Amino acid sequence: MATNSKSVLIRIKRQDTPEAKPYWEEFELTYRPGMNVTSALMDIAANPVTKSGKATTPVTYDSNCLEEVCGSCAMIINGQAKMACSALIDQLKQPITLEPFSKFPVVRDLSVDRSVLFENLKKVKAWVPVDGTYDLGSGPRQGALDQEQLYPLSRCISCCCCMEACPQFNEKTGFVGAATISQVRLFNAHPTGKALKIDRLEALMGDGGIQECGYAQNCVEVCPKDIPLTKSIADVGGQTMWQAVKNFFRT
Amino acid sequence: MAQPKIIVVGGGLAGLAATIKIAEMGGQVDLFSIVPVKRSHSVCAQGGINAAKNLKGEGDSTWIHFDDTIYGGDFLANQPPVKVMCEMAPGIIDLLDRMGVPFNRTPEGLLDFRRFGGTLYNRTAFAGATTGQQLLYALDEQVRRYESEGKVTKYEGWEFLSGVFDDHRVCYGICAMDLRSMAVHTFPAEAVIIATGGIGAIFGKSTNSVVCTGSAQSALYQQGVYYANGEFIQVHPTSIPGEDKLRLMSESARGEGGRVWVPKQPGDKRDPKSIPESERWYFLEEWYPKYGNLVPRDVATRAIHKVVYEHHLGIDGQPMVYLDLTHIDRKILDKKLEGILEIYEKFVGDDPRDTPMKIFPGMHYTMGGLWVDFNQRTNIEGLYAAGECDYSIHGANRLGANSLVSCIYGGFIAGPHAVQYAENVIKSGQQPAGRIFDSERKRQEEINARLMKNDGTENPFLLWRELGDIMTKNVTVIRYNKNIRETDAKLVELLERYRHVNLSDRSMWANTSFVFARQLYNMLQLARVIAQGAAMRDESRGAHYKPDFPERDDANWLKTTKAYFAADADEPRFEFEPVDTSLIKPRPRRYDAAS
Repeated sequence: MATNSKSVLIRIKRQDTPEAKPYWEEFELTYRPGMNVTSALMDIAANPVTKSGKATTPVTYDSNCLEEVCGSCAMIINGQAKMACSALIDQLKQPITLEPFSKFPVVRDLSVDRSVLFENLKKVKAWVPVDGTYDLGSGPRQGALDQEQLYPLSRCISCCCCMEACPQFNEKTGFVGAATISQVRLFNAHPTGKALKIDRLEALMGDGGIQECGYAQNCVEVCPKDIPLTKSIADVGGQTMWQAVKNFFRT
Repeated sequence: MAQPKIIVVGGGLAGLAATIKIAEMGGQVDLFSIVPVKRSHSVCAQGGINAAKNLKGEGDSTWIHFDDTIYGGDFLANQPPVKVMCEMAPGIIDLLDRMGVPFNRTPEGLLDFRRFGGTLYNRTAFAGATTGQQLLYALDEQVRRYESEGKVTKYEGWEFLSGVFDDHRVCYGICAMDLRSMAVHTFPAEAVIIATGGIGAIFGKSTNSVVCTGSAQSALYQQGVYYANGEFIQVHPTSIPGEDKLRLMSESARGEGGRVWVPKQPGDKRDPKSIPESERWYFLEEWYPKYGNLVPRDVATRAIHKVVYEHHLGIDGQPMVYLDLTHIDRKILDKKLEGILEIYEKFVGDDPRDTPMKIFPGMHYTMGGLWVDFNQRTNIEGLYAAGECDYSIHGANRLGANSLVSCIYGGFIAGPHAVQYAENVIKSGQQPAGRIFDSERKRQEEINARLMKNDGTENPFLLWRELGDIMTKNVTVIRYNKNIRETDAKLVELLERYRHVNLSDRSMWANTSFVFARQLYNMLQLARVIAQGAAMRDESRGAHYKPDFPERDDANWLKTTKAYFAADADEPRFEFEPVDTSLIKPRPRRYDAAS
């Protein structure tokens, strides 16, 4: 490599199959201004050779929009759960380490199976129960202030960074994690969505429910969309407690 | 009667809209998507969705929306379906509102609307500047509800390979590949709806997502499905050039008052904020006083090209111009545009509230796509298409904020028609021969085996770069026949070199480069449709601009291009079809003067 061209050093934790043992590979890439982790992974795909000159395979990773809206490319970058597209090389200490999420099953290399979140969203009925798609007139009137409260919650990209970073999110607790709880807050606050409020709160009671939260606050720190997750947990925690009290007197 | 089974390929807005309609009508849906549907490219749409609700006392109407769309598309779209879409649009907004989309509100609590390009009315409903994301989520949630009721089965992480047709060219299902195990399977259904979106990857870097390769459309075209108006490619005037992609900077930035300008002095190196008004050239406002910064995209893109390449006034000599929001109140910017300002901040590092953004045109959208009739049916019985992958709505140029509404419209038309057709298939007792599934699966497995074993020297990622470079250079904003013909010759060369592709990964588990190599072949075949269509059309219309033929030529070219694949010659053939202009008489399209 020419002496005047800067290079980028990247160490990647790789794993060929879900059962295989992980191993590390190191790559040295030519630096270009504006590079991000996804463009570095594309460079490796175009020329899959390690730093020591060994031919290898392109790295498998999830990606789609590359502008931090689709939620695909979450991984651990220099020890932190992050989106690879918005991780700019200029802002990362080298060598840059890339690892797959540790709390989700690895598919291959940096790609993991995050379907648990979508299953959780089913359990809490994260939708507005409309009567149908035929013409039923306009939706419920909503104040601008209500919209400004709900919109940030609705920007969750299901990246699962909050779950990866949460000390309580593990097999032992079965905790649902912040993303799902925040969606409960969103739908319980919607004028029509709140019809399913009790179902949602009951889904969050018991083992793996909202009481597993240990208030470590890691979720809100890693959320790429700055969603007020701890506020959501506090809010839904209160709703759940009230519901539990009501359920107690009803029985 | 048995429940009709419909396969929907693609989980963006069009696919999800179709899925919801089918499930609501009692049909059973198998929904296929490369990525989890919530991660589809529709999330990238930013600015909003058009519907003439006329909530601003401007006298807007669905007819004016219809007229703006036809005029904006330079009269190339068949008019009847566009009229129906514009009439359905207000109801679609109401439905999305009922589903919980957090649209921005007026102080009274009603839906707020803003302006977009190619219209003089506030017709665009929006949820911050992440409208596509919010719409997709609303439909995703409703589909999840049907999924939990057992009416929808999702196949996420599957790549569409081909349709399964019988000898009479009737579609009975699809062939798809599991992106983890790489296993090829066929899936039967009474009808299939294709909703696989855009084709950005054919141009290398674009504003599109990674999955937008056009591979599914191309595979179907190679199986005999017509592909229409392929030469009409929208280049968005304002994108942020990046190393891995071109990131969109929404038209809503201009809808909220953003102004495009360059320093009047070539190579001016001053900080843009310190350049006085008198030394700035607001060229769009000067050239198009009525529409100003909100001329349609093709017009704005050509204007920026002219300023950069003919007047040599790109910022600091680079192909870039300023898009300036700094005169607008920060609070308003945060309320209405936060999502896109955040993208600029994160990826460029500057705060667009404080400093003008540097932008340049980037490939954005295909107006062309699979040919469909007014019921979204392709020329193959039982096969439908909806959304960006179909050609039907936008003519020669799409207006901003019309894509979201056209996706939902397309899905809402395709879904019910597919159900009706499927019910007739069941009633008639018509059954496909089992062998058609086996033979299609074998054909695809053979392609896979050949590619896996191939022993050559060509790297698919490098071939792709060559494809993207030449298509962007010669078949986007400014087109010359000589350059387009060179491009097609290059495509033939790339197809030949593709035969010598060597995969650096030959494993049979989650092998992304293998999947990419398969997509690349389809991209190359579809690129020829785009290039040859562009070479033939000797006129300028909408996004298709030839300096050697600068005028629209209705006498010879007011017609739809229809490409079909000649398998024996391994190349496209073309025929043409008249455009249905029964509702609005074509008139000259000019944004620089009253029309």
